[in-house]
Amino acid sequence: MTLSREGRAKNLLAVLCILLPVSLLAAIACGSVSLSIGESLQALPQLFQQSGDRASVIIGQIRLPRALLAALVGAMLGISGAAMQGIFRNPLADPSLIGVTAGASLGASLVIAGAGSWIVGLGGLTLISVGAFLGGMTAVIIVYRLANSEQGTSVATMLLAGIAITALAGAMNNVLELFSSNEVLRRISLWRMGGLDGADYQRVAAALATCLLVTATLPRYATALNALLLGESEARYLGINVEKTKTWIVVIVAIAVGASVALAGTIAFVGLVIPHIVRLLIGPDHRYLLPASALAGGLLLVCADIIARTIIAPTELPVGIVTACIGVPFFISLLHRRGDYGMQ
Amino acid sequence: MSVLSVTAACAAPYGTPLLKDISFELEAGQVLGLMGPNGAGKSSLLHCLAGGIPTTSGEILLNGQPIHNWQQLPRARALSMQVQHSALNFPFSVEEVILLGRTPHASGAVCDRKVLEEVMAATDASELRHRPYTQLSGGEKQRVQLARAVAQVWREEDAPDRLLLLDEPNSALDLSHQRMVLKLVATLANSGCAIILATHDFNLLSAHANQLLVMQGGAQHNHGTPQAVLTPAMFKEVFEVDVLVQAHPENNSPLVIHK
Repeated sequence: MTLSREGRAKNLLAVLCILLPVSLLAAIACGSVSLSIGESLQALPQLFQQSGDRASVIIGQIRLPRALLAALVGAMLGISGAAMQGIFRNPLADPSLIGVTAGASLGASLVIAGAGSWIVGLGGLTLISVGAFLGGMTAVIIVYRLANSEQGTSVATMLLAGIAITALAGAMNNVLELFSSNEVLRRISLWRMGGLDGADYQRVAAALATCLLVTATLPRYATALNALLLGESEARYLGINVEKTKTWIVVIVAIAVGASVALAGTIAFVGLVIPHIVRLLIGPDHRYLLPASALAGGLLLVCADIIARTIIAPTELPVGIVTACIGVPFFISLLHRRGDYGMQ
Repeated sequence: MSVLSVTAACAAPYGTPLLKDISFELEAGQVLGLMGPNGAGKSSLLHCLAGGIPTTSGEILLNGQPIHNWQQLPRARALSMQVQHSALNFPFSVEEVILLGRTPHASGAVCDRKVLEEVMAATDASELRHRPYTQLSGGEKQRVQLARAVAQVWREEDAPDRLLLLDEPNSALDLSHQRMVLKLVATLANSGCAIILATHDFNLLSAHANQLLVMQGGAQHNHGTPQAVLTPAMFKEVFEVDVLVQAHPENNSPLVIHK
């Protein structure tokens, strides 16, 4: 070991800070209409000048908001996953464990089915997003209240309550689908596969606001999360306010995941795999793990979206399928090699 | 003023009474040995003293202040505890685990590195410093957790009156590392830190503890100097075993011999 872990962590953060903008540039250059990096760079300053140049229209209206949304959603999922694995003291935890994803799916389905065929276009999408966000929040509140007792919040109970609420929301979703018309059914399932194709600047703004909130607040709990890995009573004896920490992290993660599901549907495995990879590279210290997971999550989702858009162009794959296709084999290989890097 | 003053403390964290009527005083630099059969309430008492389990009646004063009136951070600067089992299953390096003990202090990275080096030397953990915690043996993990707890109250400047609670810190250690714990406890006590040590090693306690507290069924069975407490009658009553107690040939402290 020539370089200390701290040195490696700083190097990784620097590399990610370079790779993320590069991937964004690649994302605006790649697509069914191919543009060179040079053309893309030239088009960027024209975005704000309302010129009718073909490249700047494609980039400004379609690719840039989409790439930005991918980066922001990926960042939120990555950092949320890292925080969730910390409070559950389990490297296999996923931000959807607390029921937020299933709740958001149900909320979205309810809006799609309930509002019928008259919701189309922008207003409809926004309404679905609001429904998804509210559904996710409702599920988390129920899970959190179930896990709360006089002794405080039990993360084990929270995990089991999350499984129960996820199953319940799934069942209600199925009932809804059973009584839906084919048209509604297709829209529900398309929405659930996750997609960034609805990206526009409104969504980017919403994602940016949430992402700033999340990335500004979660790292404050880095030291507390490190101490929590020792165990809850050890963390308490180290002067950490354990209950407050758990509550705030659940609240922030619920907002982050609720918002990302609302804006881009359910995107599998980013929240699970990204913190895992980062931990493999730089160790479990949350002071570096949290920011690095945010950057790496953004990077992964931007790259996955490039693949989703180009692999069978002009048809697009939902990005959730791509992240699952990259994530699952990787995850299985990690499961086999856990002993190699000190996991048990 | 005593570092720790316990008066008729009772606790019932799960509804049924776990601790009944515990009373003792501990001065700075003193070592109190806690003994008793499995399930007698030793760990519960330690958690109670550390503020992790609320008392139902009685009083626990840390530096004159009721333990539950302490803010979490100042309390963590004055009081450190090594729990019996650690749930840590993330691959922190040994250094990182020990440095977690400095979490409550704002003493700065330079000072914390110095504490790290000193504590690692005192617990023979320097060789392990870059190893992932999850790959250590049981005894090595116990030493690292001991080092972490000790790092929290290592410096005299850390708090005016320091208290270290150790819950069977030597249960998995080999002979030479058991001696190392002894030396470490003596060093800390000399620097003014009060220590409570729960262990089943009676001879260790007899040579190094200023007072012994024997627990049975959650209550205080016996409390006093090692000479007064370590008697064949006590062992018969509390542990239901027959032992011989003789003076140690070198230092005259009571020596417990199995029959």
